[in-house]
Amino acid sequence: MKRLAKKEELCTGCGECEKVCSQAFFKENDREKSCIQVNEEKIKVCNQCGECIAVCPIEAIYRDKNGVVRINKKICTSCFMCVGFCPELAMMMHGDMLEPFKCIACGQCAKACPTQAIFISEEV
Amino acid sequence: MNMEKINLARKLIKEYHYDLKAIDKGYTGRTLYVNVGSHDIKEKSVTQLIKDKFIGGKGFGLYYLWQAVTESTRWNDPENEIVISSGPVGGITQYPGSGKSLVVTLSPLTDMPMDSNAGGYFGPYLKFSGFDALELQGKADKDVIIFINGVKGTISIEEVPNEDIDTHIFGEQLTELYADNEEDKRNIAVISTGTAARHTNIGLLNFTFYDVRRKGTRLKQAGRGGIGTVFRDKHIKAVVIKVAGVKGNENHPVDKLTLNKIGIKMHKEIHDLDNSQNRMRQIGTANIIEVMDQYDLLPTHNYKFGAHKDTYKISSRVFTAKVTQNSPDGCWFGCSLACAKAADHFELKTGPYKGEKVSIDGPEYENAAGLGSNLGIFDPDAILELNFYCDTYGLDTISFATMTAFVMECYENGILNKERTGGLELTFGNIEAAFELIHQMSRGEGFGKIVGMGIRKMKEYFVKEYGADPKFLSDIGMEQKGLEFSEYLPKESLAQQGGYGLTNKGPQHDEAWLIFMDMVNNQIPTFEDKAEALHYYPMFRTWFGLVGFCKLPWNDIAPANNKFTDEPAKIPEHVQNYVDVYNAVTGMSIDKHELIRQSERVYNFQRLFNIRMGYGKRIHDKIPYRAMGPVTMEEYESRQERYDRQLVEHLGYDPANKTTEEKMKVLREYRLDQYEKLTDAVYKRRGWTMDGVPTAEKLQELGMDLPELLEVVKKHV
Repeated sequence: MKRLAKKEELCTGCGECEKVCSQAFFKENDREKSCIQVNEEKIKVCNQCGECIAVCPIEAIYRDKNGVVRINKKICTSCFMCVGFCPELAMMMHGDMLEPFKCIACGQCAKACPTQAIFISEEV
Repeated sequence: MNMEKINLARKLIKEYHYDLKAIDKGYTGRTLYVNVGSHDIKEKSVTQLIKDKFIGGKGFGLYYLWQAVTESTRWNDPENEIVISSGPVGGITQYPGSGKSLVVTLSPLTDMPMDSNAGGYFGPYLKFSGFDALELQGKADKDVIIFINGVKGTISIEEVPNEDIDTHIFGEQLTELYADNEEDKRNIAVISTGTAARHTNIGLLNFTFYDVRRKGTRLKQAGRGGIGTVFRDKHIKAVVIKVAGVKGNENHPVDKLTLNKIGIKMHKEIHDLDNSQNRMRQIGTANIIEVMDQYDLLPTHNYKFGAHKDTYKISSRVFTAKVTQNSPDGCWFGCSLACAKAADHFELKTGPYKGEKVSIDGPEYENAAGLGSNLGIFDPDAILELNFYCDTYGLDTISFATMTAFVMECYENGILNKERTGGLELTFGNIEAAFELIHQMSRGEGFGKIVGMGIRKMKEYFVKEYGADPKFLSDIGMEQKGLEFSEYLPKESLAQQGGYGLTNKGPQHDEAWLIFMDMVNNQIPTFEDKAEALHYYPMFRTWFGLVGFCKLPWNDIAPANNKFTDEPAKIPEHVQNYVDVYNAVTGMSIDKHELIRQSERVYNFQRLFNIRMGYGKRIHDKIPYRAMGPVTMEEYESRQERYDRQLVEHLGYDPANKTTEEKMKVLREYRLDQYEKLTDAVYKRRGWTMDGVPTAEKLQELGMDLPELLEVVKKHV
């Protein structure tokens, strides 16, 4: 299962990951639009546990062939139950977007992280 | 009849085209009128006055019904309407419980306006199709289906074969018929009823919605007051609605971000606390079965008692094991409280579908208490099957249960016998007899047809035909205003007696549920305290039905710090959530006080509507003594210690050496007097005369001094 793993003790809180993420997904530099968020060296990001899949009553959330939890925006009704029920608080909401958004383990942020505090892992 | 046959026989009677347009701040600004008799279809504008005074939902329903009928209109006259509306907030997806439909009509049980709410998708889909409300008027010659296509902007009336079909089949068939493909089924909502609605006065309206996880339709009900009976009397077989899809901004709220934030806060609260509070996600409202029993509040044997030694057999734990999917179900998008439950693959043991495996929605608490303990039935499978047949036949479970409990007590008292019931041995606990009764209602045969009239009419019938004692029937017949009581035993809570009795539509707990505040926690000891509660809570809870909310997420979950607030029973943080959500959708800036005033306007309107129809005064607010105290020696003696103690403590009456009859008489006089004093206090607090009529001053104060209301007041004050 592909996921973004973390070693919080290595995090310096520089915020590079947030910049890269929001640029990659939303073409702007706004940490509120980043799928990974760092607060006092605590890294908030999806670990692909998939609890949100069962929470979504309309099956708009699914696990893809790489094991990554994805949102089908076409059928998502923007209820944000998945945000309130995420045990990692890593399902995100922003007022500019209708649907929630989350880390899909693309690895862009890991490449940019100067201390390797985040990295792509295939371990379960 | 199969769908192919219906499809072949379908005949388009009328097609109407309309412009699709976006919703603005929760309103479409227009309503849809369909006359199934004349085939007239038209759009009506919603004026600012209608929005200001009536808000939406039940308010709109009452407004349009008032315009449609006269004082002499009865439920089966063509001019009677069924009005369906959600409300300005209805259809948001962010906050749990925001998809309610409110249905209003003149009831065959009460001859007054009835309002009943249902989950499912219909109300929101009606708005997404372009209409704040739907008025159904007239009476068709042949059965019709109305199809509102919110994707294309068309409304059609189609003639279909004149044959009744039960909802678990029909809802599924119509969803299949009108959806483009499997993916599209979630965009279809259907309202219809079942075979028993034509033969009884307690027909309900089923609201189907498509459950994508089960790949099947589910049912929610506008259950109370015989709305389904009116629906079938109009020869409407179904109303089907179709939308293009649902997103969180369909209502075009002024402040979507606030909606998102408040919604997420609630989802998180439910995620964190529901398991340790009410387990709504696990078992829904049935969580309270054993709690009610523990406090002697679970109606048992026609409300004689509040507990039974066998309640453990139908406890919430037993039903939890019967609920099959193990994933919480909501009845509208985004409802994280998710109280809708279902038992799948249930093999039916009786009736026309015997041997078939079906999905049964429920049980909710009311079903378990009504079909269970109140009938002396402690078999969970029997309760589930009765629940299934009530739903698919289109019978209000609460009325069916309370009526059946009534005839069982009549049977045990010799008022009824096998000859009179056509062979049914209607003793408490007789499962077989209960099933035969319900199947007779579906077929319109036998004693089922008599019971299906409702308790009020049965009382008259039993007196006239069988010479029954009218006083005894009046004491034990648990109806008021013609509507059967819902399933709580209010004997030991004066405030709840008022919560049932001093209501607009009849004894239903949706206005006020004060038993714990009053009886268990003693938080409202004086008449004034009780009157304040019987003002605030009915008004507060009326508001849910104006805007499109469900009541449950208000107090079936509470914030962690709620008990430290000034008024924990009101759940102040949730009240503020509602104010904020309403303002975020509509752009208004109400506060919690204006919220109450919004309700007061509609509440007083409904009261005056009742009075206009010849009811709704003090005499109609009286309740049967079974709701207030022990009618029989058996009841008194079963709780003798409690009643004896009360005689000493409240009246200084020494019960020693007194017969049970003597003590019952004294207790009865006391309790009747208490109810009258409570009535005085409540009327005063609500701004009504001592005969229960809202005053002109009260209407002026509320900004509801509309000429048509003042005219009613003038006639009755």
